[in-house]
Amino acid sequence: MNSKKIEFTVGLFVLAGLLCILYLAVSIGGSRFFGGDARVIEARFSNIGGLNPGSNVMIAGVKIGSVQSISLDEQSLVAVVQMKLDSTNIEVYDDAIASIRTNGLIGDKYIAFDPGASGIELEEDEPIVDTESALDIESLISRFAFGDIGGGEE
Amino acid sequence: MSINKILQVRGMSKRFGDLVVLDNIDIDIPIGSHTTVIGKSGIGKSVLLKCMAGLLEPDAGIVEIDGKKGSFPHCSYMFQQNALFDSFNVFENIALPLRETQTLKREEIREKVEQIIEKLDLNSATYKYPAEISGGMKKRVALARALITNPEIILFDEPTTGLDPLRKYGVFDMISTYRKKFGFTVLMVSHDVPEVFEITDQIAWLEGGKIAFWGTPDELYADTPAPLKPFLNPKLETSL
Amino acid sequence: MIYKLGNNGIKLISELGELTLFALSSIKSFLPQNHRLEKIVRAIYEIGVRCVPITLIVGLFTGLVLGLQLFYVLTKFSSESLLGQAVALSIILEIGPVFTAIMIVGQAGSALSAEIGIQRNAEQIDALSTMKINPIGFLVSPRVLAALICFPILTAAFNIIGIWGGYLSGVAMLGVDSGAYWTRIFESVSGQNVADSMLKAFVFGFLTTLVCAFQGYYTHIKASVPGSRGVSETTTRAVVISSIVILAADFVLTSFLLVR
Repeated sequence: MNSKKIEFTVGLFVLAGLLCILYLAVSIGGSRFFGGDARVIEARFSNIGGLNPGSNVMIAGVKIGSVQSISLDEQSLVAVVQMKLDSTNIEVYDDAIASIRTNGLIGDKYIAFDPGASGIELEEDEPIVDTESALDIESLISRFAFGDIGGGEE
Repeated sequence: MSINKILQVRGMSKRFGDLVVLDNIDIDIPIGSHTTVIGKSGIGKSVLLKCMAGLLEPDAGIVEIDGKKGSFPHCSYMFQQNALFDSFNVFENIALPLRETQTLKREEIREKVEQIIEKLDLNSATYKYPAEISGGMKKRVALARALITNPEIILFDEPTTGLDPLRKYGVFDMISTYRKKFGFTVLMVSHDVPEVFEITDQIAWLEGGKIAFWGTPDELYADTPAPLKPFLNPKLETSL
Repeated sequence: MIYKLGNNGIKLISELGELTLFALSSIKSFLPQNHRLEKIVRAIYEIGVRCVPITLIVGLFTGLVLGLQLFYVLTKFSSESLLGQAVALSIILEIGPVFTAIMIVGQAGSALSAEIGIQRNAEQIDALSTMKINPIGFLVSPRVLAALICFPILTAAFNIIGIWGGYLSGVAMLGVDSGAYWTRIFESVSGQNVADSMLKAFVFGFLTTLVCAFQGYYTHIKASVPGSRGVSETTTRAVVISSIVILAADFVLTSFLLVR
């Protein structure tokens, strides 16, 4: 085979290959290279049981971002969750609520996010403290078993 | 170091395990000469040549070509089996050393290669692959590839292996003709006694890891060392 | 017995050392030579373009089979909607890079090893040295570099066609909801997963190409009998060692990537 033809097929191969990688990364991998700004909001939970980095953040059941990192505040012993919101257009107020919910009975954990409506915007570095922690099925069952249900504080 | 020695070997030794192949060998090759190393099969002639070309690392000793140690810019090597690249055609094979080691333009390379193809009478094979040409032609292609870099010395490792007597003479003729034409020095390993005596200036006889005889063919005939006699006339010896 | 064991251990370690030196010199000797681009293009053609058909065919069937198998496993937990996620993640994270690498070794790695081995036996490698051409730079470096380009590309192609294969068997044949299939994939596969997949392919490409070239290059020393038998021996060994290296490296990489 002559070298011109080889050069052409190799060029075609590399081009198609780059498109493949791009498709994987952008479409399937969901990386937002061109997504513009994202906003990171911190929320503090007393128990995140089962939430992972990468878990979804949803408003009204629509995915609007994901959990970026989870760490422990070693002084107050609460879990600090960084949520990355893919849009900067969502107004977040200081009475915003983040709750950890479960998709079905044993499904993935996600954060149901309510941006609030107080009219006072959340400061840039201000964490969300009004949070609902993960529902602990085991303690729920034990409370039910010991007849404590109904007298709960929730 | 005298100026008319192109290749000098000092104290070269090489052993494979317990087998001593080369034992403290000294060699001087004068510029423009044709030296032939003879000896029994498996005595280490090719090892000697490979040590000189840097393909094998000698256990001891130094090789100097053109007064330089280690790198041999003006030395080419011809392999027993030609060692042509079978995926390249004749033109590409000859152009290879130029393309890879020098910064010449495409046209300059083409010009040089075409010149040498012309001189070695390879026009009909320029765009053929090594598998498609005859054994004699392959030899000439290998010689062309060795010559393209204008070497001052060429090492030939048994250039006539596997050729019929006619072709054998052809190859010897080719070497001596082109040596005169291009003016390079030849160091050759050969079995072809006595045919090779017609073209060589000097004979080096390798025996037991040493150079056992060094001199012109005439000197060899005039005063043959006893152990070399059967080598010169095997028929006589076996009929006794 | 102990003597033999120790002897083999020493052999293994020194072989590892040789391979490392070989790798270093293949990296080092790429730049100081002419016509680099031309050689890489040629090598990409051999390693990449020629392996496209087999990669696509194997990728498609792998996806089809995975779709079937995982469907029946997931039905037991009535979570067929997870099919997309299961297929995509197992292909992107493990099966894609590993299968693609094994496939390329089978097609291109063995060819490369045999070719270099024959060139060694025909004294072509010695001929290169006498022409002052660095044989490793000429024969090995372009191929290693080409592998670094080709392995990720072919792995990406394998991943995509595998996911489509899972779609065909899961959605088109077995009736999983098409929306659930894709949504699950988009939700669960992160850019990081894709990057890890490419990283694996990159590492596999480097290691296997080196192993194959190494076996061919030293066929006269490595084989028990030099010659055509020797080439067949080192070629077989190149493929076997490469396959082991792929899986071992996969284990190491995965454990690192999971910890992160």
